[in-house]
Parts: sequence; C-alpha cells; structure tokens
Amino acid sequence: MHPAPSVIAFTTLSGAGFGLLFWLGLGLPDVTGWVAFAFFAVAYALAAGGLMASTFHLGHPERAWKAFSQWRSSWLSREGVASVAALVVMGVYGAGLVLFDTRLALLGGAGAALALATVFTTSMIYAQLRSVPRWQTPLTPALFLALSLAGGALLAGQITTAMALLLVAGLLQGMWWKRGDGAFAASGTDMATATGLGGIGQVRAFAPPHTGGNYLLREFVFVVGRKHAAKLRIIALALGFALPLVLLALPFSHAAAALAALSHLAGIAVSRWLFFAEAEHVVGLYYGAR
Amino acid sequence: MTTLPASTNRKMGLVIDLDTCVGCHACVVSCKGWNTENYGAPLSDQDPYGADPTGTFLNRVHSYEVQPLATSAMPHPAAQLVHFPKSCLHCEDAPCVTVCPTGASYKRVEDGIVLVNETDCIGCGLCAWACPYGAREMDAAEGVMKKCTLCVDRIYNDNLPEEDRVPACVRTCPAGARHFGDLGDPDSDVSRLVADRGGMDLMPEQGTKPVNKYLPPRPRDTLDEVDILAPLLAPVAEEPKGFLGWLDRTLERL
Repeated sequence: MHPAPSVIAFTTLSGAGFGLLFWLGLGLPDVTGWVAFAFFAVAYALAAGGLMASTFHLGHPERAWKAFSQWRSSWLSREGVASVAALVVMGVYGAGLVLFDTRLALLGGAGAALALATVFTTSMIYAQLRSVPRWQTPLTPALFLALSLAGGALLAGQITTAMALLLVAGLLQGMWWKRGDGAFAASGTDMATATGLGGIGQVRAFAPPHTGGNYLLREFVFVVGRKHAAKLRIIALALGFALPLVLLALPFSHAAAALAALSHLAGIAVSRWLFFAEAEHVVGLYYGAR
Repeated sequence: MTTLPASTNRKMGLVIDLDTCVGCHACVVSCKGWNTENYGAPLSDQDPYGADPTGTFLNRVHSYEVQPLATSAMPHPAAQLVHFPKSCLHCEDAPCVTVCPTGASYKRVEDGIVLVNETDCIGCGLCAWACPYGAREMDAAEGVMKKCTLCVDRIYNDNLPEEDRVPACVRTCPAGARHFGDLGDPDSDVSRLVADRGGMDLMPEQGTKPVNKYLPPRPRDTLDEVDILAPLLAPVAEEPKGFLGWLDRTLERL
C-alpha cells in the first residue's frame, strides 16, 4: 500500500493524542489550572491536528462532514463520530479542570472511553480489510490500542505505567510483524484464485492492461523500500520502545521524559510507515506483482 | 445508506468468455468513450501525450500465460495465452459499499448494480482499498471514485434502439465474448451459459459473491496429424522402375 504521509502523521499523532486524553480523563495526572491547560493543549494539538492531517488526502475535503452519516456500516464513519464525541466531551471536562478547578470524574471517564473507542475504530478501518491479509487480524486493534495507551502514558508522565505498556506494545509489535510476514501466503488468495485459471496450470502475468501506470499500481502495488524493511524494523523498535524505556529507567528529569516521548513518536512513525509500505493488497496479483 | 440490501430483485451482470476473448481491447475503448461522454464525471487522462501517460479506466484487459503441467501422454504441453477483461463484478456482498463513510456507494435493490453518487463522494479511497479486484479507480482530475456502472444510462435508455440497450463493452465486443443479463434468473440466457460452461467466480475465498461470472477457456485441441500437407510432400517413387530403373542400374555399373 502507498504510505501516504498524511495518513502516517494522522495515525501516529492522533493515536498518542487520544492516548493522552484517555489518561487525563482518568485523572492521571490529577492536574488543574494552567498545568491542566498545558496537558490538554498538547493532547488536542496531537489528536485534532492528526484528524486535520487525515483530511489532506481526501479528493473533496469540503464534503468531509458527510462522513458522519454512515456509522451503521462504516468504520471510517464511526471513527469520525467517535473522535468528535471524544473531543467534545473531553473539551467540557478540560474546561472544568482549567477554568473551575473542578474534576467531573464521570465526564472524564466517559471521555476516556470515547478516546479509546476512537483509536479502536481507526484500527478497525485497516483490520476489516480482507483484501490486505497483513492487516486483517485482531492483533491490529490490539497493537493500535497498546501503542496509544503507551504513548499517552508517556506524555501524561505516568512513568511506571508507561514502562509496562511500552513492553506490552513492543511485544505486540513483534507478534504483529511475525504474523504479517506469512499472512499473504496463508490467506489462500493467489494467482490461481484471482484468475480462476489455476485448474489448467501455472498462471503467469503475460502482459499488463496498459504500458503506463495507473491509480491501482500507485496506491496498492507499492514496492519501494521493502528491501530496507528489516533495518527499519530495528530502528522502529529502538526508537519506539528501547530508548524510551532506558530514558524512563534513568532518574527522572523533564528533558529525559521529553526525549523519551519524541523518540517514541519517531519510532511509531517509522513503524506506521512500514505498516503501509509492507502491506500487500491482493489486487497486485492481477499485475503479477506478488 | 451503505448497508447492503438483503437481496436484490434482479442480479444484472456480465458473463465473460475467456475462451472467446481475443484481447483486442475494444471493450476498454468503448467503455472509456461512453463513460467519458455520459453519466458522471469524465474519465480523465493525465499527461496523455507525454512521457508518462496515465488515466482512469473502468475496464482493463490483462493477459495471462497458463502453462499446463506435463503428463506422460503430453510431455511438452503448449502454454495457453488467456486474455482477461476485468471490471466491477457487482458483488452481492460488496465490501466496497459497506466501508463508505458518506453513503456515496450503494447497491441498488432493483437490479443489484453497485454505483457511486459522485456528489457525496469525498475521495477517501477506502472503497478501492476494500475491493480485492481493483475495480474502482480514483479520478485524478475530479477527486471522486469511478467504477463500472453496467452502463446504467444505456440499459434502460428508451432513446436508444433496443439492440443498443446493453453495456457499451458488450455491444462493441467483436468476438461475442461478453454477455449481459440477469444472473438471478436461472432461466436467463446468461445463467444457462454459466451452467453449461462451468462459469466461475474470481477470488471466491474473499467472500464477495461476485455477480459477474467468467467462462473458463476450453482445453486446446490436440490434432493427430499436425501437418496436413505432409502426405503431399512425400517422395513420389523411392526406387525408379522400368526404363529409368534399367538406366539407373546401368549407369551405376559403369
């Protein structure tokens, strides 16, 4: 799949942002006034900024509001509804903390649940696609939720929780990669079923429909960068999980915590790039590209 | 609404005969022509006369080489070239429809045709991600998703002569490799064709239940006498007889 920078930025930043909102909703850390304002500003910049970035890849961003209508069937629509609900509820809850030094615990709990629901809907957009075997697994929502909770805890300054969640998320990341590498072969979709000609013999793509490229090849048959996948996985693991764990294990300082958060986000962005670049769409079979 | 109908009154679709298709791409051209000039946004081209031309097509013809396995009876079987037109299969369980966040994609109850309402499409591309067949293409000029409409603006069009009320690809196919009809009616011509020829689904394991069917190519004929001129080219006489025979023997002895 083509790794669109807007979608990578969106899923990385908003994942961490909604993770931070989750912990703020639970009152971790229990802050009010200007300190609360600073935490909420970071969370909204990441969550809402990510959502804005995701509209950049639309053909018609001015019609984006129509995407709230199909929540009965579409995970993308559900994501839109959940994200706006989470931002509104957490906005009211944040206003209570910042302006009135009052923690509306029930509202915070609801906002935390909505923030997690948003991350879950994002992950299901990918996990629902049978056409991309690497994504179609319950491990995808598990990984997205673990990364969001770990990144959020890191930003919320919950050191011990963050360390535990980073370990869990790193483990899930490894499992997701391991399963993903065999997912296409295990899916049962190959040249024989794609063309229906497997009963006759070995099928080989002889000539493509056109000499030039097309939307399908650009969007789904992305192959650049796979040769560096192993190196990029190590970079993602080192920046996303190992370095933040080391920095958190050191005696606490704000500089180390900030560096841990930045390193984590950079690592997750690399992992998210691989999430798209390594994903094989079955339509590539028709072009003999699998 | 992007939830799929529980059932459709008819299942209009195509039957494509892989035995007959000669790979001329006439269906590709007629499809592009009709759908650029009629319903919806035109199918645009980018850099059409330049070094790297691309464009939107609703129908593309692939070509595959199939190499049968060797058997003791046929130690060197010839490879078969199969031309393979591919467009939207108007699936009964269309994954492209349910993922649409705006309700732009829908499957019609009356005839099962899957369409895009272009004024509602935000161009997110998720339906093209969900389609395993590559049937949907985002138009780079218009920013909306384009797909085969089964020429919905031809098949019910009273302004056209009756023989033209079929999809443009079917009307133009010079080999008669494309057939249009109601695949939900077991007595229709297309349904009987599918039953007679063992019509098949593409990627059945994807669970999309395509309406369009493909007729597999028949096995190639095997002829006992490959060269029909061979008997005529055999030497007329192995050994000269009569006067020529005597002359030949005499000259040998000299």
